Amino acid sequence: MDRETLEKLAAYPRLIVAWRGDDGYPVQTAARFRVNASKGELRIERTGLPLPADREVNIVASHIRPQPGVGYDQRRYLSLWGSLAAEGDEMVLRSARSWGWDENVTPFFEYVERSNRQAKRYLGQLSRERGVPVKPRLSPVWTFLLATRLPFLTATVVPILLGVAVAAKEGFFDIGFAVLTLLAGAAIHIGLNVANDVFDTLSGADDANYNPTQFSGGSRVIQRGLLSLRQMAAISATAYAVGAGLGLYLVIERESVELLAIGVIGVLISVFYTAPPLRLVHRGLGEMTTGIGFGPVMVMGAYAVQAQKLSAEALIASVPVAIMIALVLYVNEIPDRAADASAGKRTLPVRMSREAVTRGFLLAAVTAFAILSLAAVSGIIPRPTLLALLAAPLAFKVYQGIREHYESPYELMTAMGQNVQLHLMSGLLLFGGYMVSVLATELLDSPPGILT
Amino acid sequence: MSWLPAPVDELLRTALVCELTVVGRRGEPVTHPLIPLWDGERIYMTSSVLFSKKLEHIKRDPKVSVSISDPVACGGLTDTCSIQGDARIIEDDPHETWELVMPLWRAKEPAIDFFLKKRFALPLFFERSVIEIRPKRVLWWRGGDTAQAPRVATAPEEA
Repeated sequence: MDRETLEKLAAYPRLIVAWRGDDGYPVQTAARFRVNASKGELRIERTGLPLPADREVNIVASHIRPQPGVGYDQRRYLSLWGSLAAEGDEMVLRSARSWGWDENVTPFFEYVERSNRQAKRYLGQLSRERGVPVKPRLSPVWTFLLATRLPFLTATVVPILLGVAVAAKEGFFDIGFAVLTLLAGAAIHIGLNVANDVFDTLSGADDANYNPTQFSGGSRVIQRGLLSLRQMAAISATAYAVGAGLGLYLVIERESVELLAIGVIGVLISVFYTAPPLRLVHRGLGEMTTGIGFGPVMVMGAYAVQAQKLSAEALIASVPVAIMIALVLYVNEIPDRAADASAGKRTLPVRMSREAVTRGFLLAAVTAFAILSLAAVSGIIPRPTLLALLAAPLAFKVYQGIREHYESPYELMTAMGQNVQLHLMSGLLLFGGYMVSVLATELLDSPPGILT
Repeated sequence: MSWLPAPVDELLRTALVCELTVVGRRGEPVTHPLIPLWDGERIYMTSSVLFSKKLEHIKRDPKVSVSISDPVACGGLTDTCSIQGDARIIEDDPHETWELVMPLWRAKEPAIDFFLKKRFALPLFFERSVIEIRPKRVLWWRGGDTAQAPRVATAPEEA
């Protein structure tokens, strides 16, 4: 027996010896034991029930720590199989194989993910026995929320609001077109999210990922058997069709060639983010294309719908938003890097060292706030957009989280959540700055420079 | 009213963990730690389809044994027991049939309600089967001294 297994076993106070009795029922008895790890020996004291030397035994040690009012924690167990041989007053275990679980080593959520295949196999077996599909169920609302990763639509809401605000500052505003722009952007984003799951399943990246979190590792609805690959492909295609249809309607209504060009770029970036032949995310271009798509493309698109032209100001205003959304993806890729690497996805965290990834985050976040500050102070964008600097402390919290929990997906979740808030808060404050400027211009005869 | 000796009844009511041994594909013993739920007549356990190999084993061979031996998990009770019996799997609808034993489960692990509210995050964990065990024979050791021969009690219908 290997030394490591025996050393683990030695930490338990007692063990159970189980074997199959002559009547076919398993027999169990608790027993005292001692290990000599250097000799690879497990010695069990004789028990009142004679331990068998003529058949396979299963030896199990388990541990929990009771938590009154909650249940328990610190779950771990170790199971060994082999045969026993009498030596003096003791029985010695021979030729053991082992299996076990320790939630401090393999967190419960990872253990669950590693068992998805067994669940699907068992449900498949039940389906065959019964002649009807037996599948895991969730309410349609939850299934839709999970499959589309709807909460992440803030990545679409922020740039579209910003584009509309930039146009409003110049006197262009139509609420109907603004709502349609939002719906078109949301549909394309849903199409992208779902397509991403489809292609990550086809490439094996999501199947190889045993540490998904609510921010990374995809929606898992395919891995958990809630929806099939085909159903997800259909949802994605439908969402793209709705988004493209609304986009075409806006192009025709606004008679804007610029809008058509932006829309085509947006859809192409979205589709080829994970789809072959380009598979941009596999080539290490995922962060950049996400930044472009959810930054300049959406801000400029929303602006063009309102103003029927392009604008340098909208482009500049979109840069901090682009960097922040790229950073959302960048940080979410940290726990996925092993699975991504195995599937050939050359994301930045796959290609860079821990130090470089951590410093890269800080550099990018500082750059985003620096660009915003310079643009606002120089008057390229309204000065009240400096409000977005209020989100800067969040960037440092995320940075600290990455530094401390880089190797621990579940502990990194707090930083991933703060990073999503960073994008949302900085984007909404930027939008709020524009709205202050719009209102000041509308309400005051000669608004002070600080408000415009 | 159960025929089980009072110390064994108390262990079953108190224990937060037991070891369930089933018979594997090759006839080998296979043991899993689980929460024993006791209604005074039958022992119940639930198993997610994620960890369903034990269910396959029980369907193939329903002979099982349940051991309780950890004083820490039994509120300080030092007695030890091993209960042999016949198991059956109840899984009419893996999505909700197991909720029949929720009151027993909740009593030992109140946190399960919290996890149930997060069902959307663990959909497969809450697709579950119930293992129902009818005890047939009990071995128990006063004070947990398994170096001694056990006391034995048998179900009236088996005697």
